[in-house]
Amino acid sequence: MTAATLSAPLAPPRRLGPTAGVRHTLTLAWRSLVQIKHNPMELLDLSIQPVMFVLLFTYVFGGAIAGSPGEYLTFALPGIIVQNAFFATMTTGFGLNNDLTKGVFDRLRSLPIARWAPLAGRILADTVKQAWSVALLVGVGMILGFRLADGVLGLLGAFALLLAFSLAASWISVLVGVLVGEPEKVQIFGFMVIFPLTFTSNAFVPTETMPGWLQAWVEVNPVTILADALRGLLVGGPVAAPVVQSLLWAGVLAAIFAPLAVRGLKRRV
Amino acid sequence: MDYAIRAEGLVRRFGATTALAGVDLAVPTGTVFGLLGPNGAGKTTTVRVLATLLRADEGQATVAGFDVVRDAHRVRQLIGLTGQYASVDETLTGAENLLLIGRLLGLSRGDAKARARQLLADFHLTDAADRAAKTYSGGMRRRLDLAASLVGRPHVLFLDEPTTGLDPRSRNELWDIVRRLVSDGVTVLLTTQYLEEADQLASEIAVVDHGRVIAQGTPEELKAKTGGQVLTVRPADAADLATVVSIASEVAHATPEVAQTTVTVPVNGPGVLPAVVRRLDTADIQVAELALRGSSLDEVFLSLTGHRADADAPQGADLEGTRA
Repeated sequence: MTAATLSAPLAPPRRLGPTAGVRHTLTLAWRSLVQIKHNPMELLDLSIQPVMFVLLFTYVFGGAIAGSPGEYLTFALPGIIVQNAFFATMTTGFGLNNDLTKGVFDRLRSLPIARWAPLAGRILADTVKQAWSVALLVGVGMILGFRLADGVLGLLGAFALLLAFSLAASWISVLVGVLVGEPEKVQIFGFMVIFPLTFTSNAFVPTETMPGWLQAWVEVNPVTILADALRGLLVGGPVAAPVVQSLLWAGVLAAIFAPLAVRGLKRRV
Repeated sequence: MDYAIRAEGLVRRFGATTALAGVDLAVPTGTVFGLLGPNGAGKTTTVRVLATLLRADEGQATVAGFDVVRDAHRVRQLIGLTGQYASVDETLTGAENLLLIGRLLGLSRGDAKARARQLLADFHLTDAADRAAKTYSGGMRRRLDLAASLVGRPHVLFLDEPTTGLDPRSRNELWDIVRRLVSDGVTVLLTTQYLEEADQLASEIAVVDHGRVIAQGTPEELKAKTGGQVLTVRPADAADLATVVSIASEVAHATPEVAQTTVTVPVNGPGVLPAVVRRLDTADIQVAELALRGSSLDEVFLSLTGHRADADAPQGADLEGTRA
């Protein structure tokens, strides 16, 4: 009854076109990436930290753990790539929390754009950042003497698996980003959970050297499984089993955390 | 009459807290409507419901003729939102922020850039266009926020406390911009804690407290509603303050406000001033200041809600008691 008396100055479309959401996602991904231009520290985070890890681990621990830095690089580079990927997923939660607390998220939601675009745009941008740091890690590793066993095909496979896993794991980060009150807490969470998670795996040290009770956990730790899958794809060894198990883990993480994160986000806004 | 915004019986609860307890609004097209109330009164929640960010538990609302729930996408194409809770990206430059919104609204790259340039010029931000928004002053930030909400040429603009924390010069600039927008035909819903702001800009005001509209009208009507007058008494000797308060309260039948040694109370009827003078004389109290004047919106607010606009709302304020 009120509608008839109200002015309708325009008759804008009732719904979005089918490709609009993709366009919005790309525009919002551009926004996250252009932030790097103004905040060069973020690029340092993405670049220097992983490279520093490779150099330190290879030359400091390499001799003690594997006999020589070269031997150790072959063993540890896949593990370092996995650790870096886990840390990189935290960027999503950090950025999302920043948008929520600063009010950017509300501004975006008041626009006639696809409801899922703000989150999808952020995840897409973080995937690009993730790809950059993996490329950098492999590049630096190869300069130091890391050799690919299966050439480009193995490398592409490793890339694809890692990005698929990161995409699933980033739901954890989204959930944390939605639950905590300020962006810094996302980083604290990342540090407190990801550090022990990645170190209680075979990412840096062979499982056999650890006490028995720890070995039991190390063998089921997704970091171990993903590191083994990357070793198979990059330097040779079993591929099928760890790849399948990695994808299973990714599926489980996504199935648990995606609904929780989406519910949390709906509740928060 | 043509209404750009209509709300009927909006109720919204957050757990045990009732943020909106049945808000009704009717905002005529092409006017500035002021939503006035203290922190926590329900102003922002109302704006968030009308701007499609939050669903009301009960009630319904239309903006520009479209239901905010069923036709949310259409509403979003016709509104602009600016406020503490709808902000620009601080890490991007002013120009990039406006470009981002233009692109999201479907403008081509060229059109979005042109629109951004034009808005930056309109809002005196051209020189700062390529600086990150986090380097902007408070006034520049608000202008950029406002520019960002105007990229899509909205018909209805929500301004949620647009001048909170601004210096007087920036505030006046922002008021001028709002007046210009309204002369272009935009409808503005403005929330504010500042009575002066509502008085300056709004042609109609709704006073909100505890999630309810407790009074509505033009600024003049609201001022008239309280009897229109305020009695101010300042005793020469601060020791007489308690006696003055009790005299003022008995004569005015209302609870006086005390600020330092000045007692103010809203009054009704013509016999008050002589009565106060007689009582003060009888009590042998020397007076440094005694005045009766037309009430400002501040007093209107006080008499309607029982507390000052800038104070936090006391729990369970007895509205009827203070109004009597």
